[in-house]
Amino acid sequence: MSTVQNTTEQILQLAAEHFKVSREKLTADDDFFQKLGINSLQALDLLTRLEQHFNIQLPDYELQGVSDFRTLAERIQSRL
Amino acid sequence: MNAFQGKTLSWQVIDGTIELVLDRAPCNEIGSATLADLESFAAALESLQKEAHALIISSARPEGFCAGADLRELYQRSQALEQRERVSGLRDFLNRIHMVMNAIDAARITTIAAVHGVTFGGGFELALTCDLIIADKMARFCFPELRLGLIPGFGGIPRLQRDVGNAVVRDLLLTGRSINATKAQSAGLVSQVSAEGDVLRVARSTAVQLKKFDRATATAAKRFIKPIPYDMLRREIEIFCDLFTRSAAEAGLRKFVESKDALPYLP
Repeated sequence: MSTVQNTTEQILQLAAEHFKVSREKLTADDDFFQKLGINSLQALDLLTRLEQHFNIQLPDYELQGVSDFRTLAERIQSRL
Repeated sequence: MNAFQGKTLSWQVIDGTIELVLDRAPCNEIGSATLADLESFAAALESLQKEAHALIISSARPEGFCAGADLRELYQRSQALEQRERVSGLRDFLNRIHMVMNAIDAARITTIAAVHGVTFGGGFELALTCDLIIADKMARFCFPELRLGLIPGFGGIPRLQRDVGNAVVRDLLLTGRSINATKAQSAGLVSQVSAEGDVLRVARSTAVQLKKFDRATATAAKRFIKPIPYDMLRREIEIFCDLFTRSAAEAGLRKFVESKDALPYLP
């Protein structure tokens, strides 16, 4: 069974690859809006990719107040 | 008029398929300019479909098919009017939008919405007028209107009820959440999902299939199986106009207008 740590790592890898940011520059506690330089439209794009990667459905309202990768991972973990 | 270039969209007929392409920055928000161009299209559709067998509606904007109504324009125009004029102006706008949506919905030819990215609000409603929705795997669908103190006003609820079960309608409308193309397909809303960036090719391939069939037969079949819920559509306009005058809508729209984000009501 995957752990939050494992899920966080997968999110960081996926985000780095898609938004062309070096993986080494991302940490679990980073604000993904700031670190990836994305807006709400691009955040939706990331959400879709995460849903496909983890094979889950994650309502966007679950991301209310979520801006760091670790908390995002916890939300995803609760759907696995 | 087999080809047209407007301010917000264009169309041309290619191999018997009418291709209508939305192209207004940032994401094809439907305001007065798009409405005027859509009215031109609706007027031309009667003669266009005499020689065509299919219509594909797609978007040239990378962000998506359509993010919905131009809420900034709607809010700013309404603020410039007295309360009574505000509602009558809104009702006029909605009646015009509905005439366009109804014209596409009632087209004799088979219609395809080839959607990608953000397909929200009025954009979702435009897609729902079509017989088939073909979605890029990265498409997302949403009725965010409750977040703004409103309901969909371009015909979305009656058309969504026509296509999917009431539980799905309640989920989308009452939570205001967005769903991806996979979920939309499993709900029966989307007929095909394409690889990323490939939706227009898939839509064109589907249009080639449609070309094989006798047009009068296809028209008869479509009229038999696809009722247009005119009474519910008229009720939706009245409910929308009533909600628009309330403080929740005023506050929701003001917050939207004051934000610089593309979709400030998310998440």
